[in-house]
Amino acid sequence: MISKSFNLYKLLPWVVTCILLSPIIAIVLSAFVIDDSGSFQHLLDTVLLTYISNTLLLILCVVLFSICFAMPCAWFVACCEFPTRRTLQWVLMLPLAMPPYIIAIVYTDLLDFSGPVQRTLRQLFGWQSANDYYFPDIRTLLGASVILALALFPYLYLLLRGAFLAQSGGLFQAARSLGLSPLRAFWRVSIPLSRSAMAVGISLIAMETLGDFATVNYFAVSTLTTAIYDTWLELGSLTTAAKISSVMLLVLVILISLENYSRRKQKVYQRNGSVSTDIRFVLTGWKKWGALTFTWLLISLSLFIPIAVLLYYAVHYFAESLNDDLINYTINSLWLAFLVAILALAVALVVNFYQRLNPGLGAKSAVRLSSLGYAVPGTVVAIGVLIPLTNIDLWLNDLFISWGLSSLGLVLSGSLFILVLGYLVRFSAIAVGSVDSSLVQVSPSLDLASRTLGHGPAKTIWRVNLPLIKKGLLTAFILVFIEAMKELPAALLLRPFNFETLATYVYQFVSDEMIEYAALPALMIIVLGLIPFIVVNNMLEKRS
Amino acid sequence: MSALDIQNLSCSYQKTTVLEALNLTLNDNEIVCLLGESGCGKTTLLRAVAGLQTELSGKITIQQKTLNDHKTFMPPELRKIGLIFQDYALFPHLNVFDNVAFSLAKMSKTEKQQRVQEVLTLVQLADMAERFPHQLSGGQQQRIAIARALAYQPDLMLLDEPFSNLDQHVRFQLIHEIRQLFKQRKMSALFVTHSKEEGFAFADRIALMQAGKIVQIDTAQKLYRQPNTVYVANFMGQANYINVEVVDKYSYQTCFGLLGSNSVIEQQAGQQLRLLLRPEHIAITPDLNGEAVVKQVDFQGALQQITVDFSGQEFIVRHSNHSSECLQFNIGDKVVLSVLNHDFVTFEH
Repeated sequence: MISKSFNLYKLLPWVVTCILLSPIIAIVLSAFVIDDSGSFQHLLDTVLLTYISNTLLLILCVVLFSICFAMPCAWFVACCEFPTRRTLQWVLMLPLAMPPYIIAIVYTDLLDFSGPVQRTLRQLFGWQSANDYYFPDIRTLLGASVILALALFPYLYLLLRGAFLAQSGGLFQAARSLGLSPLRAFWRVSIPLSRSAMAVGISLIAMETLGDFATVNYFAVSTLTTAIYDTWLELGSLTTAAKISSVMLLVLVILISLENYSRRKQKVYQRNGSVSTDIRFVLTGWKKWGALTFTWLLISLSLFIPIAVLLYYAVHYFAESLNDDLINYTINSLWLAFLVAILALAVALVVNFYQRLNPGLGAKSAVRLSSLGYAVPGTVVAIGVLIPLTNIDLWLNDLFISWGLSSLGLVLSGSLFILVLGYLVRFSAIAVGSVDSSLVQVSPSLDLASRTLGHGPAKTIWRVNLPLIKKGLLTAFILVFIEAMKELPAALLLRPFNFETLATYVYQFVSDEMIEYAALPALMIIVLGLIPFIVVNNMLEKRS
Repeated sequence: MSALDIQNLSCSYQKTTVLEALNLTLNDNEIVCLLGESGCGKTTLLRAVAGLQTELSGKITIQQKTLNDHKTFMPPELRKIGLIFQDYALFPHLNVFDNVAFSLAKMSKTEKQQRVQEVLTLVQLADMAERFPHQLSGGQQQRIAIARALAYQPDLMLLDEPFSNLDQHVRFQLIHEIRQLFKQRKMSALFVTHSKEEGFAFADRIALMQAGKIVQIDTAQKLYRQPNTVYVANFMGQANYINVEVVDKYSYQTCFGLLGSNSVIEQQAGQQLRLLLRPEHIAITPDLNGEAVVKQVDFQGALQQITVDFSGQEFIVRHSNHSSECLQFNIGDKVVLSVLNHDFVTFEH
């Protein structure tokens, strides 16, 4: 009585998973199998080790700066009471909407020799040339680390704040009653208890740093990402790019293993109630002012100052900036992001409901595998989809020519198809995760109730599950939309000839150091990211 | 024709056997309780009948309609079975009316309204149709869940720990109400619980399960008074055991002296056995020359539960507190214990 058509439906999730995994497989294969006539060996003998050490050093610095930024903020907001705390709670998340390369160009503009800061200093002290004084150069690895940390620290902040809030306030009070000062209690109780959140946050930041292309390229810091980009676009060697990509995957595997290793002893601590107002440590006097200065200065540096500078340029160059190009590219970005978000949602529904209807190890691994792409940097994903698609294109063309037809051209690798696929590989995980987390909140007995009341699996999904995860679906859609709007490296490598998104358009001005023209489209990216971000945040707050 | 017939049902996953060649038959209009500790397989059995457990061998039929055998597997939506859950499983996005009408998609609007009104009246919540599940108490939610299942007019009702999330005083009131309702509607039901008190109150027969098997199935009284194994005896209530030796066809030699049996003893003279003594089968009287000593006294309202040391063994006995002048036992009191006449139950060593 089991219908046979079910088998087809069981195949679909695996097809989806295989497509999403193909770039990673392609890269691993090309690293071991395909010969690139020694180019990679040459790189290895010359610059590759520098690139690797630069990459690792950059990751280390960004992580350290992020901890310095995020940990105090998380503690102030979760465990202390001081003016504006409630506002800060969500404002501190907003820098996530800032693409780091936009922060980079703003600070370069401000801090360069000809920028307003140095100019003012020179006027104040009567210096004539750069030889008269020392001013730190922002276009270094250290400068890039600070900029990246300013944009990425909210990941860690969010996770730490969540961890601090989830810890029972009683523990902190117990520590204080045993004679510890608030700071010591924080150090000896709160920090060890949030080790797991710390590990997740750090690895997220490390992965984002590993994948960053625009900031390091702008600051001329050579890392693995820039190496891949240069090898493909300048040397035109896809296989060598793939081999460097596999080095990057190796770094990624190390990062993920480190994360798992640091969490190995972490037990699940039962939440026994949250920090209530009376348990919060009330800051007064210089402590209050210290907390206020630290948090708001950080927000100003990562959000207000860049936006103010961009606004200044956008207003002054409004007429020149607002042209058909800007409008066209905004529309390009919007519908591309929309399409990718819809498709990612479809992927999430297929994979998640497959798991829901067939609980077990097989379905779980489908969910896991389909989510691997997110950890992989955009440049690597781009190389990964280029390899199979160019091969398919070549094969198709050969086939057509052998049939006596004219050649097709690059139908897959030269069209929007490849861009959409690249985005999907990278962002499906967000949708899968978001749908999964709202679906697990739907009690399985609801499905069983519906089944025994005469509804088959499809009808149960339609009448029971989907209505109950509506919000989760919307959240998934918006999150993918934001990421797709911001994505730069994959777009740079995969876009068809003459196709620009808002991000590539801004980046073109950034690399030409034309901040005045970059300002308006950059603001557009920020605003289009901020609005959905605030919407999602409100929705999640209401849910909890 | 039987309401449910299970033959030779086995189920195992990940190499552990959950159900082992199990047989069970429900008569029409009968409520049977599956009782047992957690992990004994009772919920798996329920899920198997509902069609939610797929890795099975054996045969399940309802009213001679085959649900499951070596070649058929009927999906749950075709089985016409009402399933009631511990967490009520009301759809949170639908109000009471839509919840109850969930299975009535093919009916006309007036028919639907009529049916919903009818079952809501049965569970005494006719005025709650507009409410949402979260606006109802636990007891009300469970009644709605039962109304929802009844509206579908199932051939058999399955209940999975339906009362365990409810407060003590609501629980037994609801149990009696639902039992009466099922009896009125001539509804057969299979009911899973780990609480024997719920089983006593709700079911006609109790099937006690242990490690994937039904060890004994009978009325509650029979299970309590005539358990067929020590496991059943202990599960159904407090038990004392004494070693006895068969003297002849009518008596045992025990630490209480010679005890005469009401029925013929089948075992050979001289055989050692264990005799079950429920606390109410032992009388306790104060006696300054008694050999038994009171070890512990627990006041339990209507009763005192007294632990007594006698002949190198502890006995649990009960003494009724029927009046305020009633005997109050204290620790260290000397007492005499005696066995009251009843139908003896013995187990082999």
